[in-house]
Amino acid sequence: METPLTAKIRPDGEMIDLAAYERAGGYQAARKAMQMAPQEIIEEVKKSNLRGRGGAGFPTGQKWSFVPLGADAPRPKYLVANGDEMEPGTFKDRVLLEGDPHEVIEGMIIAARAIEAERGYIFLRGEYTDAGQRIGRALHEAKEKGYLGKNIFGSGTDFDLRLHMSGGRYMCGEETGLLNALEGKRANPRAKPPFPQVSGLFGKPTIVQNIETLCNVPHIIEKGAEWFQKLSLTGDGGTKLYGASGKVKKPGCWELPMGTPLRELLEKYAGGMQDGVQFRGLLPGGASTDFLTTEHLDVPMDFTSVAKAGSRLGTGTMIILDDKTCPVGMVHNLEHFFAQESCGWCTPCWSGLHWAEEILWAIETGRGTPADLERLEYICKMTAPGNTFCALAPGAAEPLQSALKYFREDFERHIREKRCPWRDGQ
Amino acid sequence: MSKIFVDKKAYEVNPKQNLLEACLGHGLDLPYFCWHPAMGSVGACRQCAVKVYRDENDTRGRIVMACMTPITENMLVSIQDPEVKDFRAGIIEGLMMSHPHDCPVCDEGGECHLQDMTVMSGHNYRRYEFRKRTFRNQYLGPLLNHEMNRCIQCYRCTRFYNEYAGGKDFGPQVLRNLVYFGRAEDGVLENEFSGNLVEVCPTGVFTDKTLKQHYTRKWDLQMAPTVCAHCALGCNTTAGERYGTLRRIVNRYNSQVNGYFLCDRGRFGYEHVNSARRIRSARARRDGQLADIPKAEALDRFSSFAAAGKMIGIGSPRSSLEANFALRALVGPENFYAGISDAAHRLLGEMLAILRQGPAPASLLQIEHADAALVLGEDVTNVAPRMALTLRQTVRQVWLDKAEKMRIPRWQDHAVRELAQKDHGPLFVASPYATRLDDVATETHRAAPDDIARLGFAVAHILDSASPEVPGLPEPVRAQAERIAKALQEAARPAVVSGVSTGSVAVVRAAADVARALAKAGKPVAFALAMEEMNSLGLAMMEPKPLGEALEAARRGDAQTVVVLENDLYRRAPAETVDALIGAAAHVVVLDSLEGRTTEKAELLLPSTPFAEADGTVVSSEGRAQRFFRVYPPPGDIQDAWRWLADVLGLLTRPEGLSWKNLDDLVEAVARTFPALERIRDAAPRASFRIAGAKIPRQPHRYSGRTSMLANIAVSEPKPPEDPDSALSFTMEGAPVEPPAALQPFFWTGGWNSIQSVNKFQEEIAGPLRGGDAGVRLIEPAAGSAPGYLNTVPAAFTPRSAEWLVVARHHIFGSEELSANAPAIAELSPKPYVALGAEDAASLGAAEGAAVEVKLEGGSARLPLRIESGLPRGVAALPAGLGPLDGITLPIWGRIELTR
Repeated sequence: METPLTAKIRPDGEMIDLAAYERAGGYQAARKAMQMAPQEIIEEVKKSNLRGRGGAGFPTGQKWSFVPLGADAPRPKYLVANGDEMEPGTFKDRVLLEGDPHEVIEGMIIAARAIEAERGYIFLRGEYTDAGQRIGRALHEAKEKGYLGKNIFGSGTDFDLRLHMSGGRYMCGEETGLLNALEGKRANPRAKPPFPQVSGLFGKPTIVQNIETLCNVPHIIEKGAEWFQKLSLTGDGGTKLYGASGKVKKPGCWELPMGTPLRELLEKYAGGMQDGVQFRGLLPGGASTDFLTTEHLDVPMDFTSVAKAGSRLGTGTMIILDDKTCPVGMVHNLEHFFAQESCGWCTPCWSGLHWAEEILWAIETGRGTPADLERLEYICKMTAPGNTFCALAPGAAEPLQSALKYFREDFERHIREKRCPWRDGQ
Repeated sequence: MSKIFVDKKAYEVNPKQNLLEACLGHGLDLPYFCWHPAMGSVGACRQCAVKVYRDENDTRGRIVMACMTPITENMLVSIQDPEVKDFRAGIIEGLMMSHPHDCPVCDEGGECHLQDMTVMSGHNYRRYEFRKRTFRNQYLGPLLNHEMNRCIQCYRCTRFYNEYAGGKDFGPQVLRNLVYFGRAEDGVLENEFSGNLVEVCPTGVFTDKTLKQHYTRKWDLQMAPTVCAHCALGCNTTAGERYGTLRRIVNRYNSQVNGYFLCDRGRFGYEHVNSARRIRSARARRDGQLADIPKAEALDRFSSFAAAGKMIGIGSPRSSLEANFALRALVGPENFYAGISDAAHRLLGEMLAILRQGPAPASLLQIEHADAALVLGEDVTNVAPRMALTLRQTVRQVWLDKAEKMRIPRWQDHAVRELAQKDHGPLFVASPYATRLDDVATETHRAAPDDIARLGFAVAHILDSASPEVPGLPEPVRAQAERIAKALQEAARPAVVSGVSTGSVAVVRAAADVARALAKAGKPVAFALAMEEMNSLGLAMMEPKPLGEALEAARRGDAQTVVVLENDLYRRAPAETVDALIGAAAHVVVLDSLEGRTTEKAELLLPSTPFAEADGTVVSSEGRAQRFFRVYPPPGDIQDAWRWLADVLGLLTRPEGLSWKNLDDLVEAVARTFPALERIRDAAPRASFRIAGAKIPRQPHRYSGRTSMLANIAVSEPKPPEDPDSALSFTMEGAPVEPPAALQPFFWTGGWNSIQSVNKFQEEIAGPLRGGDAGVRLIEPAAGSAPGYLNTVPAAFTPRSAEWLVVARHHIFGSEELSANAPAIAELSPKPYVALGAEDAASLGAAEGAAVEVKLEGGSARLPLRIESGLPRGVAALPAGLGPLDGITLPIWGRIELTR
């Protein structure tokens, strides 16, 4: 089984430096890309069927193709790596950032060539200090070698790449909120259209791409779209970094073929549930995805299949709920996070999530009423995609609406018994 | 035009508007908060949700925000679909989650957009039962009250204050449901347009602090359409009164002039009307003291002076055409003098002549649409403040145009701003000192007035070599002139702005030459000259003689009686000059509304009406004749100056006096006498105008207490006062039909109680009021006329040793006479000072705040020194219209010495 993204990562947890990265074949793809026309790179990525690993799963090559190319295009153009990994339960980009920072940089060099971007930023979650140090070191090494800066690889093109440590808000992970933050403004989202590909960072054409997505790019260029497609068990190309947290025996993060079934992830890689606890459900791709339960364990973990099951692949890093954990408490915890992280821009989000959090806490502390459940459902409806300005609130509604569906009896029991059965002992 | 279907009914709509604008423009009720007709859409509040359908077979539809949705041909829309109605009800419920429901004690109550939208959206009971978020409020200065607990997070305040008006000391803080709109700490809001937050805020977060001193609900206000009295732009306002005091000013929409916004001087300067220094009865001098006398006696005395002959009249730029005309009629045209300094008179005459030859004076709307601007020697923010707000939008036009080409609609406000970032279109500001527009200027130029004129002439010469060359121009200035000329040349719609700030004829001529060169090149140039007073241009159009000649007449003994119309002459000439004029006359008659230095010298003092108690016509700096109407009848013996004068003419049995029965008769007389003013007849409908046989009520349909409000005096309800001068009545009765714009006493319509109801009175959103905006333009040079250049390049400015050229520096708060009598404005007015550049101050050995002696011809004073690094060497600045030297006409050479 090939694991191109993580193959170079050292088992001792130290970062792989430039020399070692190159010894292992690194920067060959970048060299190859320098001989390719931007359109060729885009075509190859399109053919690979690489879809964005940040959660939305938008086809990467198609996204790049919206950037205006050529002499008439507005300048400078920007490439931004989204390393603001703040989705609860998600730690897959961190593995790449800390373990193989040059892979991120090489991916960016190739992506920048594809869209003719001369400036790049790695927007990094503020708490990722280790990753920040390693990226900083890698950037320095790459610049020294002439892989970044002026006339990279002697190609005649420039790519100035910098690291930006985020001030730290969940909203900064939303691509347009990220752009505002990078410009020094409040991390409010922007209206789309216009899309960042046309008017992005500082009003110029910009691609914002997730770290894991970018790490795929060198391998596609090096080994070709066909090879990449074959890595996958399903239609969505490549491998995927999957992760698991919760009361499983071996929580962790693994690179596996795209489309690996849930059950295999849970039982083979996460080692199954800890002794004494039972599986009740999971959020397949971070906190902002709908719960899946026992009936879904055979779902292949790819964008299409998970969507069909009523959830989203999201980041592919799941949070597992067990029978010793209160689902109401868990959802309250999540909604507390989302309400706190709402930027305060659009009404359904700032008011709805706050209200939901208050209701959930009331239910959890024995003050809930049956009408509260209707109100929660109504809030989920109000925050449906399209009703809000960005995807934060719809994402926040996903675990809530599915918990109301799959764990309704637990909510009702809280209300009936005016207490939390878990908190107060069963 | 495009066709759309809303709830199955077809509508013709402007395809450049968004769906919300299209719906509102057709009178459809669709609630909104964050969208603003002048500020566009940002999609934050989600209140204007509608459903759109793919085609006829689509029965489910999709919820979209109307404000963020462009028009597409034949689009199918529903406002009434139950699901989207429920969504809107959910949004208002969310917005109202922490709202204090304190309408009974909130100043916004009764004219609150949030109330209106809540009712419209069908939200009745709060179901949120948890702890509300609460905030600490801030002290924001004397103009605005802050009550953040009412906030619904629509972001309109910050969009106006920071993005539209360029304010820096205010903004959103914190996140989630806790966003706080305020300053970093308590303090006076710095932006000159902060008062618009009263109207921009859909609820009572920002309310008028001056109104709070004498609070009245909108429904209890008697209101009338008036024109701002505090500069020459002629912004349209609505003034409201109760119990004989003027309560407040709000914006009165005029698409050509002020649009949706006013400056803070215009909004809060009104309180001079309520001043304790108001003159409330006729007074005559007895034993050296002024004492009240009956009206009849005052008229007798006045007419006996008039009968004695040798009477001269001094008119006023803050009086109506009618008042000035009546004075002119009484004293005769040969004895009618301008009540402004001779230098100001010359400058005003020059400006009028220039505008008449063209290019025609531009409206504020035209200036807003310009895509490049040169501000030559004008401190716009402090002289004609509302125009500065306009120029802040002018610099955005380039990017609005670019955005449109990229298929980003102009109304999609944040998308356009994100595209433009900090870049803006060309704006060049030349001034002797820093101005408040410098932050959006492409380049600034600091120089003495003559050098500013030379820069302007150099630009004109580069644009057209037929205009005069400027000899001896330093290379950096020449290069800058090249850059300015290039920017103006490349612009599709350039603007040139100048005015009275520098007091320099040369500067105004240079600006005119630039505008003419651009016009000659076929550009639709927006040319504007800023003036100081409400009727500056109107006075000039009546061709008064210079004030200096009045002094000569007095010295000759030809001015036995001097009649001063609504004017403090001590602001117009040095004290000794005014004293000489008054001393030479046997009788001094003063008509005015406020006590001042000139009224103190009167032998006979007649109480005239401030704007809120007066009717009349004024001509704005755009050459727009506009009529203003009294809000309430002047109390007691107070009457319009023209009426005092007509009464005297009547006693003298002069034909005018006998025929002038009401304002229309005066208007007619003015129009007949001055061909240039002929069209003032059309500025507003005549007093005989009726709608369905009725006058237009000044009192709203919910005016309360009319049978009881005077019951402490007499229990029977008094007959409403008559108004012979206008088609407005002092009652609630009248046809429920919208009157012509010039007679619109307030904006209010069913379900729309707030000022946002103006949407319902426009031809299309942000377009003209139905039936046309108020006012008529008087100065329209013949098309194709090609006026020549003004060939008067001054010599370069040379600093003198031990002398400074003292220029005037205007202050939005303090320089204008009437508003300086409003307590809130007075609080913001600077203390008198003299300013020098850093090098000049150093050469004088004086530090900031040091006491220096300013010695000018006509007066001296000891003043604290203010160091302004931008002032050119050899140039000093004094605040205009305030301080001990306010009567001395600037610029003037003078000595400045460190006080030992």
